[in-house]
Amino acid sequence: MRAPAASDVAAGEVLLSVENVSLSFGGVRAIHEVSFDIRKGEIRAIIGPNGAGKTSMLNVINGFYHPQAGSITFKGVTRTQMRPFEAARGGIGRTFQNVALFKGMSALDNIMVGRTLKMRRGFLWQMLRVGPALTEEIEHRHRVEEIIDFLEIQAIRKVQVARLPYGLQKRVELGRALAMEPDLLLLDEPMAGMNLEEKEDMSRFIIDVNDHYGTTIALI
Amino acid sequence: MILFGQILEVLIGGLLSGVLYSLVALGFVLIFKASGVFNFAQGAMVLLAGLALVRPLDYLVAQGVPFWVAVVLGLVFAAAVMTVTAWLIERFVLGPLVNQDGLILFMSTIGVTFILEGAAQMIFGADAYPLRLFPTDAWFLFEDQFPGGVLVNKLDVWGGMIAGVLVAGLAVFFQRTKTGRALRAVADDHSAAQSVGIPISWIWFIVWLVAGLVALVAATVWGTKLGVQFSITFLALKALPVLIIGGFTSVPGAIVGGLIIGAGEKLAEVYLGPYMGGGIEYWFGFVLALLVLMVRPQGLFGERIIERI
Repeated sequence: MRAPAASDVAAGEVLLSVENVSLSFGGVRAIHEVSFDIRKGEIRAIIGPNGAGKTSMLNVINGFYHPQAGSITFKGVTRTQMRPFEAARGGIGRTFQNVALFKGMSALDNIMVGRTLKMRRGFLWQMLRVGPALTEEIEHRHRVEEIIDFLEIQAIRKVQVARLPYGLQKRVELGRALAMEPDLLLLDEPMAGMNLEEKEDMSRFIIDVNDHYGTTIALI
Repeated sequence: MILFGQILEVLIGGLLSGVLYSLVALGFVLIFKASGVFNFAQGAMVLLAGLALVRPLDYLVAQGVPFWVAVVLGLVFAAAVMTVTAWLIERFVLGPLVNQDGLILFMSTIGVTFILEGAAQMIFGADAYPLRLFPTDAWFLFEDQFPGGVLVNKLDVWGGMIAGVLVAGLAVFFQRTKTGRALRAVADDHSAAQSVGIPISWIWFIVWLVAGLVALVAATVWGTKLGVQFSITFLALKALPVLIIGGFTSVPGAIVGGLIIGAGEKLAEVYLGPYMGGGIEYWFGFVLALLVLMVRPQGLFGERIIERI
Protein backbone atom coordinates (compact mmCIF):
# COMPACT_ATOMS: atom_id res chain seq x y z
CA MET A 1 0.00 0.00 0.00
CA ARG A 2 1.12 3.48 -0.88
CA ALA A 3 1.84 5.81 2.01
CA PRO A 4 -1.13 8.17 2.45
CA ALA A 5 -0.39 11.54 0.90
CA ALA A 6 -1.52 14.85 2.33
CA SER A 7 -4.34 15.06 -0.16
CA ASP A 8 -6.01 11.84 1.09
CA VAL A 9 -8.48 13.55 3.37
CA ALA A 10 -11.72 11.73 2.56
CA ALA A 11 -12.73 8.61 4.42
CA GLY A 12 -12.20 5.13 2.96
CA GLU A 13 -8.91 3.73 1.76
CA VAL A 14 -7.57 4.32 -1.72
CA LEU A 15 -8.78 1.60 -4.08
CA LEU A 16 -7.28 2.86 -7.29
CA SER A 17 -4.57 5.37 -7.74
CA VAL A 18 -3.43 6.66 -11.09
CA GLU A 19 -0.08 8.45 -11.10
CA ASN A 20 1.37 10.59 -13.87
CA VAL A 21 -0.09 8.41 -16.60
CA SER A 22 0.70 9.47 -20.15
CA LEU A 23 -0.57 7.82 -23.30
CA SER A 24 -0.10 8.87 -26.89
CA PHE A 25 -1.02 7.41 -30.25
CA GLY A 26 1.71 8.43 -32.65
CA GLY A 27 1.83 12.20 -32.33
CA VAL A 28 -1.52 12.55 -30.57
CA ARG A 29 -1.19 12.93 -26.83
CA ALA A 30 -4.41 11.43 -25.51
CA ILE A 31 -3.45 11.54 -21.85
CA HIS A 32 -0.73 13.71 -20.41
CA GLU A 33 0.55 13.15 -16.87
CA VAL A 34 -2.80 12.51 -15.25
CA SER A 35 -3.02 11.56 -11.59
CA PHE A 36 -6.03 10.84 -9.39
CA ASP A 37 -7.22 8.54 -6.64
CA ILE A 38 -10.48 6.71 -6.24
CA ARG A 39 -11.42 5.66 -2.73
CA LYS A 40 -13.42 2.63 -1.78
CA GLY A 41 -17.18 3.17 -1.86
CA GLU A 42 -16.96 6.34 -3.92
CA ILE A 43 -18.83 7.36 -7.03
CA ARG A 44 -16.25 9.30 -9.00
CA ALA A 45 -17.00 11.14 -12.23
CA ILE A 46 -14.46 11.85 -14.93
CA ILE A 47 -15.50 14.87 -16.98
CA GLY A 48 -14.14 16.67 -19.99
CA PRO A 49 -15.03 17.75 -23.51
CA ASN A 50 -15.16 15.38 -26.49
CA GLY A 51 -11.77 13.91 -27.34
CA ALA A 52 -10.29 14.84 -23.96
CA GLY A 53 -9.18 11.25 -23.38
CA LYS A 54 -11.79 10.13 -20.86
CA THR A 55 -12.44 6.77 -22.54
CA SER A 56 -8.70 6.33 -23.13
CA MET A 57 -8.27 6.73 -19.36
CA LEU A 58 -10.78 3.95 -18.71
CA ASN A 59 -9.07 1.80 -21.31
CA VAL A 60 -5.77 2.29 -19.51
CA ILE A 61 -7.27 1.35 -16.14
CA ASN A 62 -8.95 -1.69 -17.66
CA GLY A 63 -5.85 -2.86 -19.53
CA PHE A 64 -6.94 -2.27 -23.15
CA TYR A 65 -4.24 0.38 -23.55
CA HIS A 66 -0.81 0.33 -22.05
CA PRO A 67 0.40 3.75 -20.90
CA GLN A 68 3.85 4.89 -22.00
CA ALA A 69 4.56 6.47 -18.65
CA GLY A 70 3.16 6.46 -15.14
CA SER A 71 1.79 3.73 -12.92
CA ILE A 72 -1.54 2.41 -11.75
CA THR A 73 -2.06 1.00 -8.30
CA PHE A 74 -5.16 -1.12 -7.77
CA LYS A 75 -5.86 -2.74 -4.40
CA GLY A 76 -2.29 -2.03 -3.35
CA VAL A 77 -0.71 -3.71 -6.37
CA THR A 78 1.20 -1.46 -8.77
CA ARG A 79 1.52 -2.39 -12.41
CA THR A 80 2.36 -0.82 -15.71
CA GLN A 81 1.27 -3.54 -18.13
CA MET A 82 -1.81 -5.67 -17.72
CA ARG A 83 -4.04 -7.50 -20.16
CA PRO A 84 -7.81 -6.92 -19.99
CA PHE A 85 -8.75 -10.36 -18.70
CA GLU A 86 -6.21 -9.95 -15.92
CA ALA A 87 -7.83 -6.66 -14.96
CA ALA A 88 -11.19 -8.44 -14.88
CA ARG A 89 -9.72 -11.14 -12.68
CA GLY A 90 -8.42 -8.46 -10.36
CA GLY A 91 -11.97 -7.11 -9.94
CA ILE A 92 -12.39 -4.33 -12.49
CA GLY A 93 -15.69 -4.45 -14.39
CA ARG A 94 -16.77 -2.04 -17.08
CA THR A 95 -19.39 -1.03 -19.60
CA PHE A 96 -18.77 0.58 -22.96
CA GLN A 97 -19.72 3.83 -24.62
CA ASN A 98 -21.24 2.10 -27.62
CA VAL A 99 -23.22 -0.82 -26.26
CA ALA A 100 -20.98 -3.88 -26.40
CA LEU A 101 -23.29 -6.79 -25.76
CA PHE A 102 -23.16 -10.30 -27.16
CA LYS A 103 -25.89 -9.62 -29.69
CA GLY A 104 -26.82 -13.16 -30.62
CA MET A 105 -27.42 -14.21 -27.03
CA SER A 106 -30.33 -13.67 -24.65
CA ALA A 107 -30.17 -11.10 -21.88
CA LEU A 108 -29.86 -13.95 -19.40
CA ASP A 109 -26.92 -15.55 -21.24
CA ASN A 110 -25.22 -12.19 -21.52
CA ILE A 111 -25.32 -11.76 -17.78
CA MET A 112 -24.31 -15.39 -17.24
CA VAL A 113 -21.16 -14.73 -19.27
CA GLY A 114 -20.31 -12.17 -16.61
CA ARG A 115 -20.14 -15.05 -14.15
CA THR A 116 -17.52 -16.89 -16.23
CA LEU A 117 -14.71 -16.04 -13.86
CA LYS A 118 -16.64 -17.23 -10.82
CA MET A 119 -17.29 -20.69 -12.23
CA ARG A 120 -14.75 -23.22 -11.14
CA ARG A 121 -15.79 -26.60 -12.46
CA GLY A 122 -14.05 -27.97 -15.55
CA PHE A 123 -15.98 -28.13 -18.77
CA LEU A 124 -16.13 -31.93 -18.76
CA TRP A 125 -18.19 -31.78 -15.58
CA GLN A 126 -20.35 -29.08 -17.09
CA MET A 127 -20.98 -31.17 -20.18
CA LEU A 128 -22.15 -34.08 -18.08
CA ARG A 129 -24.45 -31.73 -16.15
CA VAL A 130 -24.28 -33.78 -12.96
CA GLY A 131 -23.34 -33.32 -9.32
CA PRO A 132 -21.14 -30.40 -8.37
CA ALA A 133 -21.24 -28.74 -11.79
CA LEU A 134 -25.04 -28.65 -11.76
CA THR A 135 -25.12 -27.27 -8.23
CA GLU A 136 -22.67 -24.62 -9.27
CA GLU A 137 -24.68 -23.66 -12.35
CA ILE A 138 -27.87 -23.36 -10.28
CA GLU A 139 -26.09 -21.23 -7.70
CA HIS A 140 -24.78 -18.86 -10.37
CA ARG A 141 -28.15 -18.73 -12.07
CA HIS A 142 -29.59 -17.72 -8.70
CA ARG A 143 -27.14 -14.84 -8.38
CA VAL A 144 -27.90 -13.75 -11.93
CA GLU A 145 -31.64 -13.77 -11.22
CA GLU A 146 -30.97 -11.49 -8.24
CA ILE A 147 -29.23 -9.03 -10.53
CA ILE A 148 -32.08 -9.28 -13.03
CA ASP A 149 -34.56 -8.49 -10.25
CA PHE A 150 -32.38 -5.64 -9.07
CA LEU A 151 -32.27 -4.04 -12.51
CA GLU A 152 -35.97 -4.73 -13.13
CA ILE A 153 -35.43 -6.59 -16.38
CA GLN A 154 -37.29 -9.80 -15.46
CA ALA A 155 -39.59 -9.56 -18.47
CA ILE A 156 -36.81 -9.53 -21.05
CA ARG A 157 -34.46 -12.15 -19.69
CA LYS A 158 -35.00 -14.58 -22.57
CA VAL A 159 -35.08 -11.97 -25.30
CA GLN A 160 -32.17 -11.79 -27.72
CA VAL A 161 -30.47 -8.52 -26.80
CA ALA A 162 -30.21 -7.21 -30.36
CA ARG A 163 -34.01 -6.83 -30.29
CA LEU A 164 -34.11 -4.73 -27.13
CA PRO A 165 -34.46 -0.95 -27.09
CA TYR A 166 -31.31 1.00 -26.37
CA GLY A 167 -32.03 1.85 -22.74
CA LEU A 168 -32.63 -1.79 -21.87
CA GLN A 169 -29.47 -2.88 -23.68
CA LYS A 170 -27.52 -0.46 -21.50
CA ARG A 171 -29.17 -1.98 -18.46
CA VAL A 172 -28.25 -5.52 -19.54
CA GLU A 173 -24.69 -4.36 -20.04
CA LEU A 174 -24.66 -2.96 -16.52
CA GLY A 175 -26.03 -6.31 -15.34
CA ARG A 176 -23.23 -8.19 -17.05
CA ALA A 177 -20.63 -5.99 -15.36
CA LEU A 178 -22.39 -6.43 -11.99
CA ALA A 179 -22.40 -10.21 -12.40
CA MET A 180 -18.62 -10.11 -12.11
CA GLU A 181 -19.06 -8.66 -8.60
CA PRO A 182 -16.35 -6.12 -9.35
CA ASP A 183 -14.58 -4.05 -6.71
CA LEU A 184 -14.34 -1.20 -9.18
CA LEU A 185 -16.94 -0.56 -11.84
CA LEU A 186 -16.04 1.64 -14.80
CA LEU A 187 -19.04 3.09 -16.63
CA ASP A 188 -18.32 4.76 -19.95
CA GLU A 189 -21.07 7.33 -20.56
CA PRO A 190 -23.85 5.18 -19.10
CA MET A 191 -26.45 7.78 -19.99
CA ALA A 192 -25.35 8.83 -23.46
CA GLY A 193 -28.16 8.91 -25.98
CA MET A 194 -30.91 8.19 -23.44
CA ASN A 195 -34.18 9.99 -23.02
CA LEU A 196 -35.05 11.67 -19.74
CA GLU A 197 -36.88 8.73 -18.25
CA GLU A 198 -34.12 6.28 -19.14
CA LYS A 199 -31.56 8.67 -17.66
CA GLU A 200 -33.49 8.88 -14.40
CA ASP A 201 -33.72 5.09 -14.23
CA MET A 202 -30.03 4.65 -14.93
CA SER A 203 -29.02 7.25 -12.31
CA ARG A 204 -31.17 5.48 -9.77
CA PHE A 205 -29.57 2.12 -10.61
CA ILE A 206 -26.04 3.52 -10.35
CA ILE A 207 -26.76 5.02 -6.93
CA ASP A 208 -28.46 1.79 -5.84
CA VAL A 209 -25.52 -0.34 -6.99
CA ASN A 210 -23.24 1.84 -4.92
CA ASP A 211 -25.53 1.63 -1.86
CA HIS A 212 -26.53 -1.99 -2.15
CA TYR A 213 -23.34 -3.74 -3.23
CA GLY A 214 -20.89 -1.12 -1.96
CA THR A 215 -19.26 -1.10 -5.39
CA THR A 216 -16.86 1.71 -6.14
CA ILE A 217 -17.86 3.41 -9.38
CA ALA A 218 -15.97 5.60 -11.82
CA LEU A 219 -18.16 7.08 -14.53
CA ILE A 220 -17.76 9.43 -17.41
CA MET B 1 -41.77 -52.40 -55.89
CA ILE B 2 -38.50 -52.16 -57.77
CA LEU B 3 -38.98 -48.41 -58.06
CA PHE B 4 -39.63 -48.02 -54.34
CA GLY B 5 -36.57 -50.11 -53.49
CA GLN B 6 -34.48 -47.93 -55.75
CA ILE B 7 -35.77 -44.70 -54.23
CA LEU B 8 -35.04 -46.07 -50.77
CA GLU B 9 -31.51 -47.02 -51.78
CA VAL B 10 -30.78 -43.62 -53.32
CA LEU B 11 -32.31 -41.84 -50.36
CA ILE B 12 -30.36 -43.80 -47.74
CA GLY B 13 -27.13 -43.48 -49.71
CA GLY B 14 -27.72 -39.76 -50.15
CA LEU B 15 -28.55 -39.10 -46.50
CA LEU B 16 -25.48 -40.96 -45.33
CA SER B 17 -23.11 -39.27 -47.74
CA GLY B 18 -24.71 -35.99 -46.67
CA VAL B 19 -23.63 -36.72 -43.11
CA LEU B 20 -20.07 -36.96 -44.40
CA TYR B 21 -20.38 -33.44 -45.80
CA SER B 22 -21.64 -32.39 -42.39
CA LEU B 23 -18.43 -33.64 -40.80
CA VAL B 24 -16.48 -31.09 -42.81
CA ALA B 25 -19.12 -28.38 -42.37
CA LEU B 26 -18.92 -28.82 -38.59
CA GLY B 27 -15.35 -27.55 -38.53
CA PHE B 28 -16.47 -24.35 -40.29
CA VAL B 29 -19.40 -23.86 -37.91
CA LEU B 30 -17.22 -24.25 -34.84
CA ILE B 31 -14.78 -21.56 -35.85
CA PHE B 32 -17.47 -19.25 -37.20
CA LYS B 33 -19.51 -19.53 -34.01
CA ALA B 34 -16.57 -18.86 -31.78
CA SER B 35 -14.58 -16.25 -33.63
CA GLY B 36 -16.92 -14.90 -36.27
CA VAL B 37 -14.36 -16.00 -38.85
CA PHE B 38 -15.17 -17.98 -41.94
CA ASN B 39 -12.22 -20.34 -41.83
CA PHE B 40 -11.07 -20.82 -45.38
CA ALA B 41 -8.38 -23.21 -44.11
CA GLN B 42 -10.75 -25.96 -42.93
CA GLY B 43 -10.17 -28.09 -46.06
CA ALA B 44 -6.41 -27.74 -45.67
CA MET B 45 -6.75 -28.80 -42.03
CA VAL B 46 -8.54 -31.98 -43.11
CA LEU B 47 -5.65 -32.70 -45.49
CA LEU B 48 -3.04 -32.00 -42.81
CA ALA B 49 -4.84 -34.18 -40.25
CA GLY B 50 -5.22 -37.00 -42.77
CA LEU B 51 -1.55 -36.92 -43.79
CA ALA B 52 -0.40 -36.68 -40.17
CA LEU B 53 -2.46 -39.80 -39.48
CA VAL B 54 -1.77 -41.96 -42.52
CA ARG B 55 2.00 -41.49 -42.86
CA PRO B 56 3.02 -42.55 -39.31
CA LEU B 57 0.40 -45.29 -39.55
CA ASP B 58 1.95 -46.73 -42.72
CA TYR B 59 5.42 -46.41 -41.21
CA LEU B 60 4.48 -48.24 -38.01
CA VAL B 61 2.68 -51.00 -39.90
CA ALA B 62 5.76 -51.44 -42.09
CA GLN B 63 7.81 -51.79 -38.89
CA GLY B 64 5.61 -54.70 -37.85
CA VAL B 65 3.49 -52.89 -35.25
CA PRO B 66 0.00 -54.46 -34.95
CA PHE B 67 -2.55 -52.51 -37.02
CA TRP B 68 -4.83 -51.25 -34.25
CA VAL B 69 -1.91 -50.18 -32.05
CA ALA B 70 -0.53 -48.28 -35.03
CA VAL B 71 -3.94 -46.65 -35.58
CA VAL B 72 -4.09 -45.43 -31.99
CA LEU B 73 -0.52 -44.11 -32.14
CA GLY B 74 -1.25 -42.47 -35.49
CA LEU B 75 -4.37 -40.76 -34.08
CA VAL B 76 -2.43 -39.51 -31.06
CA PHE B 77 0.31 -38.17 -33.34
CA ALA B 78 -2.20 -36.47 -35.65
CA ALA B 79 -4.01 -34.94 -32.67
CA ALA B 80 -0.68 -33.60 -31.41
CA VAL B 81 0.03 -32.10 -34.83
CA MET B 82 -3.39 -30.39 -34.82
CA THR B 83 -2.72 -29.05 -31.31
CA VAL B 84 0.57 -27.51 -32.38
CA THR B 85 -1.08 -26.12 -35.52
CA ALA B 86 -3.85 -24.52 -33.45
CA TRP B 87 -1.27 -22.95 -31.18
CA LEU B 88 0.82 -21.63 -34.07
CA ILE B 89 -2.22 -20.16 -35.83
CA GLU B 90 -3.38 -18.42 -32.66
CA ARG B 91 0.10 -17.18 -31.79
CA PHE B 92 1.27 -15.90 -35.14
CA VAL B 93 -1.84 -15.24 -37.23
CA LEU B 94 -4.90 -14.44 -35.14
CA GLY B 95 -3.28 -13.26 -31.91
CA PRO B 96 -1.96 -10.03 -33.46
CA LEU B 97 -5.37 -9.43 -35.09
CA VAL B 98 -7.55 -9.27 -31.96
CA ASN B 99 -10.23 -6.56 -32.25
CA GLN B 100 -9.95 -6.53 -36.04
CA ASP B 101 -12.81 -6.81 -38.48
CA GLY B 102 -14.15 -10.26 -39.45
CA LEU B 103 -13.12 -9.74 -43.08
CA ILE B 104 -9.49 -9.20 -42.10
CA LEU B 105 -9.52 -12.40 -40.09
CA PHE B 106 -11.06 -14.21 -43.07
CA MET B 107 -8.29 -12.97 -45.35
CA SER B 108 -5.69 -14.22 -42.90
CA THR B 109 -7.21 -17.72 -43.02
CA ILE B 110 -6.70 -17.73 -46.80
CA GLY B 111 -3.01 -17.26 -46.11
CA VAL B 112 -3.15 -20.03 -43.52
CA THR B 113 -4.68 -22.32 -46.16
CA PHE B 114 -1.69 -22.04 -48.50
CA ILE B 115 0.82 -22.43 -45.69
CA LEU B 116 -0.94 -25.50 -44.31
CA GLU B 117 -1.35 -27.14 -47.73
CA GLY B 118 2.27 -26.52 -48.62
CA ALA B 119 3.72 -27.49 -45.24
CA ALA B 120 1.59 -30.63 -44.93
CA GLN B 121 2.68 -31.93 -48.34
CA MET B 122 6.30 -30.89 -47.81
CA ILE B 123 6.55 -32.75 -44.51
CA PHE B 124 4.36 -35.78 -45.15
CA GLY B 125 4.53 -36.20 -48.92
CA ALA B 126 2.20 -35.27 -51.75
CA ASP B 127 1.00 -38.65 -53.08
CA ALA B 128 -2.39 -40.22 -52.59
CA TYR B 129 -2.21 -42.52 -49.59
CA PRO B 130 -4.89 -45.15 -49.02
CA LEU B 131 -6.31 -45.34 -45.51
CA ARG B 132 -8.28 -48.36 -44.31
CA LEU B 133 -9.80 -47.61 -40.95
CA PHE B 134 -13.39 -48.56 -41.60
CA PRO B 135 -14.89 -51.40 -43.64
CA THR B 136 -15.60 -50.29 -47.20
CA ASP B 137 -17.90 -53.10 -48.31
CA ALA B 138 -21.67 -52.87 -48.30
CA TRP B 139 -24.74 -54.40 -46.72
CA PHE B 140 -27.76 -55.53 -48.72
CA LEU B 141 -30.92 -54.92 -46.70
CA PHE B 142 -34.55 -55.94 -47.29
CA GLU B 143 -33.60 -58.59 -49.83
CA ASP B 144 -36.93 -60.33 -49.17
CA GLN B 145 -39.01 -57.22 -49.91
CA PHE B 146 -37.12 -55.89 -52.94
CA PRO B 147 -35.37 -57.81 -55.66
CA GLY B 148 -31.64 -57.21 -55.28
CA GLY B 149 -32.16 -55.59 -51.86
CA VAL B 150 -31.12 -52.12 -50.79
CA LEU B 151 -27.41 -51.39 -50.88
CA VAL B 152 -25.97 -49.52 -47.88
CA ASN B 153 -22.28 -48.65 -47.55
CA LYS B 154 -20.84 -49.66 -44.19
CA LEU B 155 -18.42 -46.74 -44.30
CA ASP B 156 -21.29 -44.27 -44.63
CA VAL B 157 -23.00 -45.81 -41.61
CA TRP B 158 -19.81 -45.43 -39.59
CA GLY B 159 -19.54 -41.83 -40.71
CA GLY B 160 -23.13 -41.21 -39.66
CA MET B 161 -22.62 -42.62 -36.20
CA ILE B 162 -19.42 -40.66 -35.65
CA ALA B 163 -21.08 -37.44 -36.79
CA GLY B 164 -24.02 -38.08 -34.45
CA VAL B 165 -21.76 -38.46 -31.42
CA LEU B 166 -19.74 -35.38 -32.39
CA VAL B 167 -22.79 -33.21 -32.80
CA ALA B 168 -24.38 -34.28 -29.54
CA GLY B 169 -21.14 -33.53 -27.72
CA LEU B 170 -20.56 -30.19 -29.42
CA ALA B 171 -24.14 -29.01 -28.93
CA VAL B 172 -23.94 -29.58 -25.18
CA PHE B 173 -20.48 -28.00 -25.09
CA PHE B 174 -21.68 -24.80 -26.76
CA GLN B 175 -25.01 -24.40 -25.02
CA ARG B 176 -24.28 -25.56 -21.52
CA THR B 177 -20.71 -24.98 -20.46
CA LYS B 178 -18.98 -21.81 -19.39
CA THR B 179 -16.29 -22.36 -22.03
CA GLY B 180 -19.00 -22.68 -24.68
CA ARG B 181 -20.66 -19.48 -23.48
CA ALA B 182 -17.28 -17.77 -23.50
CA LEU B 183 -16.73 -18.94 -27.08
CA ARG B 184 -20.01 -17.43 -28.23
CA ALA B 185 -19.23 -14.25 -26.32
CA VAL B 186 -15.87 -13.87 -28.06
CA ALA B 187 -17.56 -14.33 -31.42
CA ASP B 188 -19.95 -11.46 -30.73
CA ASP B 189 -17.62 -8.84 -29.29
CA HIS B 190 -13.92 -9.10 -28.55
CA SER B 191 -13.50 -6.17 -26.22
CA ALA B 192 -16.66 -6.88 -24.23
CA ALA B 193 -15.53 -10.48 -23.79
CA GLN B 194 -12.15 -9.31 -22.55
CA SER B 195 -13.81 -6.90 -20.14
CA VAL B 196 -15.60 -9.71 -18.32
CA GLY B 197 -12.35 -11.59 -17.96
CA ILE B 198 -12.26 -13.96 -20.91
CA PRO B 199 -8.73 -14.46 -22.24
CA ILE B 200 -9.24 -14.31 -26.01
CA SER B 201 -6.00 -15.99 -26.98
CA TRP B 202 -6.81 -19.05 -24.88
CA ILE B 203 -10.35 -19.25 -26.27
CA TRP B 204 -9.11 -19.02 -29.86
CA PHE B 205 -6.58 -21.73 -29.19
CA ILE B 206 -9.37 -23.97 -27.92
CA VAL B 207 -11.55 -23.20 -30.94
CA TRP B 208 -8.84 -24.02 -33.46
CA LEU B 209 -7.93 -27.11 -31.49
CA VAL B 210 -11.52 -28.37 -31.55
CA ALA B 211 -11.81 -27.51 -35.26
CA GLY B 212 -8.54 -29.36 -35.86
CA LEU B 213 -9.82 -32.44 -34.06
CA VAL B 214 -13.08 -32.34 -36.02
CA ALA B 215 -10.93 -32.11 -39.17
CA LEU B 216 -9.07 -35.20 -37.98
CA VAL B 217 -12.34 -37.11 -37.56
CA ALA B 218 -13.46 -35.98 -41.02
CA ALA B 219 -10.08 -37.08 -42.38
CA THR B 220 -10.47 -40.61 -40.99
CA VAL B 221 -13.80 -41.06 -42.77
CA TRP B 222 -13.00 -39.20 -45.99
CA GLY B 223 -9.49 -40.64 -46.11
CA THR B 224 -10.99 -44.10 -46.07
CA LYS B 225 -13.47 -43.15 -48.77
CA LEU B 226 -11.18 -41.26 -51.19
CA GLY B 227 -7.66 -41.92 -49.96
CA VAL B 228 -5.67 -39.15 -48.31
CA GLN B 229 -4.70 -36.82 -51.15
CA PHE B 230 -4.66 -33.19 -52.11
CA SER B 231 -8.14 -33.19 -53.65
CA ILE B 232 -9.54 -33.75 -50.13
CA THR B 233 -9.14 -30.00 -49.61
CA PHE B 234 -11.91 -29.41 -52.15
CA LEU B 235 -14.34 -30.92 -49.65
CA ALA B 236 -14.39 -27.43 -48.20
CA LEU B 237 -16.32 -26.38 -51.32
CA LYS B 238 -18.83 -29.16 -50.80
CA ALA B 239 -19.38 -27.97 -47.25
CA LEU B 240 -20.34 -24.48 -48.42
CA PRO B 241 -23.93 -25.19 -49.54
CA VAL B 242 -24.35 -27.28 -46.39
CA LEU B 243 -23.44 -24.24 -44.32
CA ILE B 244 -25.72 -21.94 -46.27
CA ILE B 245 -28.69 -24.24 -45.83
CA GLY B 246 -28.06 -25.12 -42.20
CA GLY B 247 -26.91 -21.69 -41.09
CA PHE B 248 -23.33 -20.72 -40.31
CA THR B 249 -23.83 -20.66 -36.57
CA SER B 250 -25.73 -23.87 -35.92
CA VAL B 251 -24.17 -27.24 -35.11
CA PRO B 252 -27.42 -29.17 -35.67
CA GLY B 253 -27.88 -27.03 -38.79
CA ALA B 254 -24.66 -28.44 -40.23
CA ILE B 255 -26.11 -31.93 -39.88
CA VAL B 256 -29.55 -31.14 -41.27
CA GLY B 257 -27.97 -29.14 -44.10
CA GLY B 258 -25.72 -32.08 -44.90
CA LEU B 259 -28.71 -34.45 -44.99
CA ILE B 260 -30.66 -32.14 -47.31
CA ILE B 261 -27.71 -31.67 -49.67
CA GLY B 262 -26.77 -35.34 -49.65
CA ALA B 263 -30.28 -36.65 -50.28
CA GLY B 264 -31.11 -33.80 -52.67
CA GLU B 265 -28.11 -34.24 -54.96
CA LYS B 266 -28.36 -38.02 -55.12
CA LEU B 267 -32.10 -37.99 -55.86
CA ALA B 268 -31.58 -35.25 -58.43
CA GLU B 269 -28.78 -37.17 -60.10
CA VAL B 270 -30.83 -40.33 -60.43
CA TYR B 271 -34.24 -38.88 -61.31
CA LEU B 272 -33.47 -35.51 -62.96
CA GLY B 273 -29.98 -36.24 -64.25
CA PRO B 274 -30.97 -38.34 -67.26
CA TYR B 275 -33.10 -35.47 -68.64
CA MET B 276 -30.26 -32.97 -68.26
CA GLY B 277 -27.32 -34.94 -69.53
CA GLY B 278 -26.24 -36.34 -66.15
CA GLY B 279 -23.50 -35.25 -63.77
CA ILE B 280 -25.75 -32.75 -62.04
CA GLU B 281 -24.95 -33.87 -58.50
CA TYR B 282 -21.81 -31.71 -58.48
CA TRP B 283 -23.72 -28.48 -58.71
CA PHE B 284 -27.21 -29.39 -57.50
CA GLY B 285 -26.26 -28.64 -53.88
CA PHE B 286 -25.42 -25.07 -54.83
CA VAL B 287 -28.84 -24.67 -56.49
CA LEU B 288 -30.49 -25.78 -53.26
CA ALA B 289 -28.30 -23.34 -51.33
CA LEU B 290 -29.30 -20.53 -53.67
CA LEU B 291 -32.99 -21.27 -53.12
CA VAL B 292 -32.51 -21.18 -49.36
CA LEU B 293 -30.62 -17.88 -49.63
CA MET B 294 -33.60 -16.34 -51.39
CA VAL B 295 -36.11 -17.41 -48.75
CA ARG B 296 -34.08 -17.52 -45.54
CA PRO B 297 -30.68 -15.85 -45.80
CA GLN B 298 -29.60 -16.84 -42.30
CA GLY B 299 -30.14 -20.53 -43.09
CA LEU B 300 -32.64 -22.89 -41.50
CA PHE B 301 -31.09 -22.81 -38.04
CA GLY B 302 -28.91 -19.70 -38.13
CA GLU B 303 -29.16 -16.85 -35.68
CA ARG B 304 -31.23 -14.03 -36.99
CA ILE B 305 -29.34 -10.81 -36.52
CA ILE B 306 -31.47 -7.69 -36.65
CA GLU B 307 -29.65 -4.60 -37.75
CA ARG B 308 -31.02 -1.29 -36.59
CA ILE B 309 -30.97 1.37 -39.24
